[in-house]
Amino acid sequence: MPVELKADKVVDLKGLPCPMPVVRISQEIMTVDVGQVVEAITTDPGSLADFPAWAMSTGQEILQTDQAAGEIRFYVKRVR
Amino acid sequence: MGTGQDVMEQPKQAETRLPAVENKISMVVFSGDLDKLLASLIIATGAVAMGMKARLFFTFWGTAALRDARKSVKGKNLMSRMFGFMLPNGARKVKLSKMNMGGMGTAMMKMLMKKKKVASLEEMLTLAGQMGVEICICEMSMGLMGFKREEMIDYPHMSVCGVAAFLAEAATSRVQLFI
Repeated sequence: MPVELKADKVVDLKGLPCPMPVVRISQEIMTVDVGQVVEAITTDPGSLADFPAWAMSTGQEILQTDQAAGEIRFYVKRVR
Repeated sequence: MGTGQDVMEQPKQAETRLPAVENKISMVVFSGDLDKLLASLIIATGAVAMGMKARLFFTFWGTAALRDARKSVKGKNLMSRMFGFMLPNGARKVKLSKMNMGGMGTAMMKMLMKKKKVASLEEMLTLAGQMGVEICICEMSMGLMGFKREEMIDYPHMSVCGVAAFLAEAATSRVQLFI
């Protein structure tokens, strides 16, 4: 059962294709403080592979990924 | 080769330490095709998002895509003017590498890209500039085709360079691509 996560900022990336979801999350994550969480909503199936790859390369953390009704929700914590 | 051997001898390898590899990507953008240019800019902006530094070395056909259609320079000779006329004048004018079909295929692709919200080449160039992607234009290609620095787009991180600059950068990059 997924834990109800509280995001400090919600970013709507619906309808955006590659490379925009990753470009945008890399910019948006820097607008919150370290330790805060950004909820990013995408519709691009490629982001399922891209977000974890991005997080690994940049040292940020994906706390949770929810998929429902064609939408993908990433809860990304700014670690650094 | 007899006496020619001395001349052909490779320069002695300098005994220097290899420079450290950094988290960078270096790309040679040789192609002047819309699809390949788009791919190179998607990879470059993606790389910056991934925390890498990205530098694109535009050479040969690629250089024409960096021309600014609103700018024109005087004082070109006949050959340069002809080249300037025959080559695409900027990012808006480049064609697909396949299925161009006299421009129809490219027009259809652009329509499709708009519909699917895929950024155009001009938009990708603007984004790359905002994100700090560096662009180096090959001096020799520009000279060959008669392009001048003043007719290139206003890009925030643009310089003119040669093969040594690319190699020095590529040698310290984790990823190198030729497109």
